[in-house]
Amino acid sequence: MALLRHTTDDVVERQALTVNPAKTCQPIGAMYAALGINRCLPHSHGSQGCCSYHRSTLSRHYKEPAMAATSSFTEGSSVFGGQANLLQALNTIFSVYDPDVVAVHTTCLSETIGDDIPQIADAAVAKGFVPEGKCVIHCNTPSYVGSHTTGFANMTKAMVDYFSTSTSEDKIADQINIIPGWVEPADMGEIKRLVKMMSLKGITFPDTSGVLDAPLTAEYNMYPKGGATIEQLEATGDSAGTIALGPICSGPAAEALQNKCQVPQNTLPLPIGLRATDMFIQTLRKYNGGNVPAEITAERGRLVDLVSDMSQYFYGKTVALWGDPDQLVSLTQFLVDLDMRPKYIITGTPGKAFLRRIGEVLGDGVKDVIVKQGAQADMLYIHQLIKRERVDLLIGNTYGKYISRDEDIPLIRHGFPILDRIGHQYFPTAGYRGAMRLCEKILDAFLDRQDRDAPEESFELTM
Amino acid sequence: MTTTDILEGRKAHIHEKGAVPFNIACEKQSVAGSVSQRACVFCGSRVVLYPIADALHVIHGPIGCAAYTWDIRGAWSSGPQLHRMSFSTDLQEKDVIYGGEKKLYQALVELIEHYRPKAAFIYSTCIVGLIGDDVEAICRRISAETGVETIPVHSEGFKGSKKDGYSAACNALNQLVGTGDTNGISPLSINILGDFNIAGETWVIKDYYERMGVEVVATITGDGRVDDIRRCHGAALNVVQCSGSMTQLATMMKEKYGIPIIRASYFGIEDMSKALYDVAEYLNDKTVMRNTQNLVRDEVSKLVPQLRKYKKDLKGKRAAVYTGGAFKALSMIRSLRTLGMKTVIAGSQTGNQQDYARLQELSDEGTIILDDTNPLELAKFLEEKKADLLIGGVKERPIAYKLGLGFCDHNHERKIGLAGFEGMLNFAKEVHGTVTSPVWKLAALHRKDVWSATSRQHRQGDES
Repeated sequence: MALLRHTTDDVVERQALTVNPAKTCQPIGAMYAALGINRCLPHSHGSQGCCSYHRSTLSRHYKEPAMAATSSFTEGSSVFGGQANLLQALNTIFSVYDPDVVAVHTTCLSETIGDDIPQIADAAVAKGFVPEGKCVIHCNTPSYVGSHTTGFANMTKAMVDYFSTSTSEDKIADQINIIPGWVEPADMGEIKRLVKMMSLKGITFPDTSGVLDAPLTAEYNMYPKGGATIEQLEATGDSAGTIALGPICSGPAAEALQNKCQVPQNTLPLPIGLRATDMFIQTLRKYNGGNVPAEITAERGRLVDLVSDMSQYFYGKTVALWGDPDQLVSLTQFLVDLDMRPKYIITGTPGKAFLRRIGEVLGDGVKDVIVKQGAQADMLYIHQLIKRERVDLLIGNTYGKYISRDEDIPLIRHGFPILDRIGHQYFPTAGYRGAMRLCEKILDAFLDRQDRDAPEESFELTM
Repeated sequence: MTTTDILEGRKAHIHEKGAVPFNIACEKQSVAGSVSQRACVFCGSRVVLYPIADALHVIHGPIGCAAYTWDIRGAWSSGPQLHRMSFSTDLQEKDVIYGGEKKLYQALVELIEHYRPKAAFIYSTCIVGLIGDDVEAICRRISAETGVETIPVHSEGFKGSKKDGYSAACNALNQLVGTGDTNGISPLSINILGDFNIAGETWVIKDYYERMGVEVVATITGDGRVDDIRRCHGAALNVVQCSGSMTQLATMMKEKYGIPIIRASYFGIEDMSKALYDVAEYLNDKTVMRNTQNLVRDEVSKLVPQLRKYKKDLKGKRAAVYTGGAFKALSMIRSLRTLGMKTVIAGSQTGNQQDYARLQELSDEGTIILDDTNPLELAKFLEEKKADLLIGGVKERPIAYKLGLGFCDHNHERKIGLAGFEGMLNFAKEVHGTVTSPVWKLAALHRKDVWSATSRQHRQGDES
């Protein structure tokens, strides 16, 4: 295909260049997390373009309106600072859009100018721009640090910094905080369902279920029903424990909550796949007296049953994966459990801890795996690797479709962003039921391929 | 319109035809804090230059600016696909402190050696403007060292709105214009400016001109090539569609090379025909005029009967139009009229006084005219005016759907060409498909009590 004819199989060491990135920048993560607060309007403190791009990308992925306001920086703001813009913005926002919370995140521009957001927010309160009972929270998300996942983590931590309150030394035994990490609204819904089945009172934050998978009602609601409420966020300080799913996206908030309100934290992998979900359920058992309802055990059993039915098709299949570190660790674990062989694992998000975590998951049994993180871990690099030695399956976001087409390798879309398929916002891949869906997708890809490629005489009805 | 809560600062940007004498505020910065649908300078320059397929487009800045503009335009190329790659210097914190010049230089050396592009465009983003990297000097150095013309695009996001990005793009293009050999160009020749070959539209238009006997020297920038742009000053006429983005370049060429400008729109039967006749008239050649008459007659007589079946269903339906530029909105209103539809809301992100004056002239009494609207405002007007269709871009689509009305993309995400006579047929089909979709009937059940509404419908079904 002409589009990718530029890609060669020799891997050229690059120093200063990212080509076709496997990440994007912090503010979009902050915006996504902020949408997981009930009646919250995210606010982008910078130029209009950033806000516009982030809203467009979220809209394309979730097929939902993604609302956010912008400080609309001008040349003047970049010289004299953005204080006047943010003050005006807060005044405008509360008088026109009436949110309960405005979640401000910075951009590379406002961050470099050095705008002091809390000080400006205080000034807005003093000027009477922030009505009684309404809040402004903030986090710093310069685009030249981390990636969209760290932006998500920073805004999630801001929820703790601003809201979490400890009202008593005695914690509520059956109330736990769940920080679900950057997963789809459907996954957050599935995680909440499991917590409820375990007879626990869970406070999930951020929670985009109900917000970015809102039903069509023929009415336009700027603030759909879902999201963590201010009361819930405040109550997180009284919970018996916090379960942070994914150390990169959820770890910082859980740690902050432990320091601020002495809520003990458990950082786990995202519950994608069988073993990661087992760990999640095991941790929930610590808080509910050790009971696992029969229905959850049955769900697990159904997953194992499905895998056993089709294990011959998983055996030895090689996979290239790219995306967000928290996602990749759990996916890799699941693939190994399915007897498949992850071969190339790439994330643009910088951070050495990722390499260690992937190493632990792969263990000694899985050899010859190339794992790379950081600026030059991009889609060009993974394509070059595939050109050298191909794989049976691709798992990653929409940007893999070029490689999929060029190399004729099936692609399972997973992660962020998915711009060209639907369903991801409604059908979870988290939990045992989500793992069954992942299996279905993987098997469909292999079996469709086998049906397509089989010669006439070996084309068969049953598989 | 009184039931809508409108921000004080926004009132001047909204006009209801007939209510008061026409006077609309536009070409202003959005009010800080509004949920504006607008973008930035970088976005403007990027979308304009993007379709030049044999040039390298390198974004000097943090990763986001490159990631969000990676292959989003659907601007098709008949040859090279280099424009669809995403190249970024991916600035990190230490680059912001110590400057990103070295990194940019290194990146360009690597890229130019590998891809040998016809030219390179280097986009400056917000942060680069702020830390003061001398992008221009690096471009000069790279040009001298590699022989590949490397052009800085001054597109720091905060320097204005998307429109200022168009200007940055025109300045960059102007560096190429006039550097190529114009020998052998026909006196019956034009440049196509301001069409971006979304879903192959430039090809449709170019084909019409060629059938008229007119040589198309350069398509700027749809399916664009660097060498064509270098010699486009040899054309007899510049035909500008997207005026917001390309008028500046055409004006520069008029001043420097004396090339006259014609404004055109390729959407709808009337505007498409007019564009071709205007060019034929200007070129003042009998054969060209005869060819044009034949072409228009053939195409229109083929098209009109095909439109009838759509028109039958669409008659009396109400549309809202919210586009990037305002000139396009005029064509939309005419096209919708051709389909028997009425435009009840018309607006744009970047229109000027003149555009809006023409828009309101063309509109019916009571039409709401909007400049730089926000989703809340738009949603309220859509409900009040009982629109059946919204024409807009990516951020408007889910709003229309949530309200339970049809949507047609007239921006980047178009998958079928809407320009030309065949585009008009596509437009009719698309509008028909979305406006008459059964899903909106199901959605309407939601408006009140969905269950009693469903059972009522079932009862009615039983009786009949």
